Amino acid sequence: MSLSILWSGPTVSASFHGRTDDSIDTVISVILARGLQALIVALVVGIFSFVMMKALPGDAAYRIAAGRYGYDMMDAASAEIVRAELGLDQPWLVQLADWISTLARFDLGNSLVYGTPVIDNITVQLGYSLLLAAGAVLTSLLIALPVGIAAGLRPGGLMDRASLGLSVLLRAIPFFALGILLILVFAIRLDLLPVAGFRGFKYLVLPSLTLGLGLAAVSNRVVRDAVADAMSAEWRIFARTKGLSAQFTMFRHVLRNAALPVVAYVGVQLALLIEGVVIVETVFAWPGIGHALVHAIFSRDIAMVQGTALTLGLLYVALNLSIDLACRGIDPRTRAAGQMGSGP
Amino acid sequence: MLRILFAVLGVVATLVQGHAMAQEKTDLTVAAPWEVASYDPAVSGFAFQRLQIMENLVDADVDGTLRPGLATSWSVSEDGLAWTFKLRSGVTFHDGSLFNASSATKSLNRAWQQPGILKKAPITGISGSDGSVVITLDRPFTSLPALLTHATTIISSPTSFDENANPVALIGTGPFKVKSFTPPQSMTLVRNENYWGVASKLTSITYLASGRAETRALLAESGDADMVFTLDPSGFARLENVESIDTVALPIPRVVTLKINASHPFLSDVRARKALSMAIDRDGIAAAITRFPESASSQLFPPALNIWHDRNLESLDHDTGAARAMLADLGWKAGSDGILQRDGERFSILLRTYPDRPELPLIAAALQDQWGDIGVDLDVSVANYSEIPAGHQDGTLHVALYARNYGLTPDPIGTVLADFGSGGGDWGAMGWDNAVVAKALETISATRDKAVRNESIQKVVHALHSELPVIPIVWYQHTVAVADGLENVAIDPLERSYGLSIISWEN
Repeated sequence: MSLSILWSGPTVSASFHGRTDDSIDTVISVILARGLQALIVALVVGIFSFVMMKALPGDAAYRIAAGRYGYDMMDAASAEIVRAELGLDQPWLVQLADWISTLARFDLGNSLVYGTPVIDNITVQLGYSLLLAAGAVLTSLLIALPVGIAAGLRPGGLMDRASLGLSVLLRAIPFFALGILLILVFAIRLDLLPVAGFRGFKYLVLPSLTLGLGLAAVSNRVVRDAVADAMSAEWRIFARTKGLSAQFTMFRHVLRNAALPVVAYVGVQLALLIEGVVIVETVFAWPGIGHALVHAIFSRDIAMVQGTALTLGLLYVALNLSIDLACRGIDPRTRAAGQMGSGP
Repeated sequence: MLRILFAVLGVVATLVQGHAMAQEKTDLTVAAPWEVASYDPAVSGFAFQRLQIMENLVDADVDGTLRPGLATSWSVSEDGLAWTFKLRSGVTFHDGSLFNASSATKSLNRAWQQPGILKKAPITGISGSDGSVVITLDRPFTSLPALLTHATTIISSPTSFDENANPVALIGTGPFKVKSFTPPQSMTLVRNENYWGVASKLTSITYLASGRAETRALLAESGDADMVFTLDPSGFARLENVESIDTVALPIPRVVTLKINASHPFLSDVRARKALSMAIDRDGIAAAITRFPESASSQLFPPALNIWHDRNLESLDHDTGAARAMLADLGWKAGSDGILQRDGERFSILLRTYPDRPELPLIAAALQDQWGDIGVDLDVSVANYSEIPAGHQDGTLHVALYARNYGLTPDPIGTVLADFGSGGGDWGAMGWDNAVVAKALETISATRDKAVRNESIQKVVHALHSELPVIPIVWYQHTVAVADGLENVAIDPLERSYGLSIISWEN
């Protein structure tokens, strides 16, 4: 992709096209800008993670041998075998150039510890992480939206104060403790749900609930503030004054305006989740990418770290893009920014 | 309100469960802390062996007695330099391909090239023909068959490897074959209907790796896992009171040990090492940290190692007063801050340990306190365990705390030789060389005369006890939770097998 195409974005949106064409153009320009961002992210993340891994103290051959053979079998001799096998005594630049040239063939290489293709590991782990992230965000929205809206409609009311109290309480419990608590209640005491692992849909419930409760504790306050702001806005009073029904104003104006900060905030939460809430993955024996990344860093599995960081970097770009587009979809003002004088 | 909710949900749960219980159970779930992420027997072979996916030429009973595995018998040449293993005939791998001398040789040669137990033997070649495998040595090594029981020598089919000899599949000869593999957390296995031995009564096995001890205990308590391995002390105590679960604690030949750099000027005198040993309250550590009071180690090798454990040896005592006196004899005097000083140098040393075994940092903290009592300033560094062999190699290590497994094979000689033979070892003696011990170890590994062997073992055990190149602290207990209703459960102290092929559910 060339720069001239990318920079054509603003020019196009400033011209006097019809409304539909114009919004398609801005969508394309958003996608192109994010595409370039993706390419830069890929290279920068790959190189940075390589340099950071190399800068960590300790002999990589020893760490990799430790990750492979365990403390019962690992010794200096096995570390030397690893060093020779992986060419760790070669200069840094040669190793980095190796990785970039493999990457250029769309190959992330093999895990230095497990010998399996990095892409296979990432596909599996990212799949589980995305599943958990989706479960968590869905759970948090199911809780946060009704609670937040109810609280925002009557700021200072009973619901508002009660949800604030509960939010503070939930936020104060670490995910680890919350997870164990939920297991004790739902898996041990009630015997309704499984403790850990992933052999079917019901295995998703408790980890999603653990994360979802923690997220909802914050996001219900974001929803509440957004709704409260919208409810006291002059345009809402105007809408009511000009004769629109309370219901129509609510759905057409209040919720739509309130949705913007909420969607942006959910995007931030999603990014956090994909990266993996390592402790939740560990408690629920969930084979997510965060857990894998931490282990890869411990055992200096540079190929895995680079591959994972790269994938996560690209995923963030994609996430940013979807949030941008979603906000554009919700908010007509950004779509029409190029058209002078046209209001919502 | 909450109570009513619990009650209602409880009834629903009972109904759902009652329905499931009506069918006869032939599946089993195992939970253990060990993640399995590789197809490589050199990396994850321990799991393939425990789950009986792959087998060894030589097998072992739970008491360590060798018995035929994929080899039906073995013999050694007169000069002790060539071992012949006669292979079982009519055995097929899970994919239907035939197990023979060629496939066995391929696996063993790979195991010999990779880091693993075969590196501990003086092997010069592995070849096969006419239904047997021949392993040649450059000097006699009588416990070679014991090494062939180790997980790194399991036999996988030649079809488990791609054209570049990279392992890409898990195909063995065992009673269970792999149905699905989700690295690093889980595996499901199904019964191998063409198994050469007695077929298992269980039709499917799920293995779940769960790194957190809390989760494992909860898996056992909820019944989600039927056998749970390696529990933490609090989880074990809790499960002891759960009716539907039997808990088992079995002494195993793993020892929490302090490696001492005997070439360090503070530690080179045996009296200094003795003083440090006497300052350790082993009973306190065993009672409060590992919570098995009987596991305080009176000597290096635990009773499970039979002749390597000498019942008549005087046990390592806790005597702070004597320890102080011994250090005073060596010229150490308390400085103004209470820390010992000699020739202007403070008795300040660094201990390296690692968090993979959660009790180690706690024991390190206890040592910091107990050595503080005799005026030794101990810093603790908790890091990756490879820092210990690294520190051994570059000479920067002072003391290290780790859990050493002398039960890798039924006969510990391979490990003991590597740790205390000439020049010491990454996980054994450092800066300590004892010609008598080195010679005795050579004799133990080479002789076929039982009396001579036992006499040499006694020599080694006594020398290690009096010179303390490493200081033992506690012996390990292997802890397992087993669901009520499981029959023929045999817990293997060498952790070679979960015994799944003989386990069944009561009717």
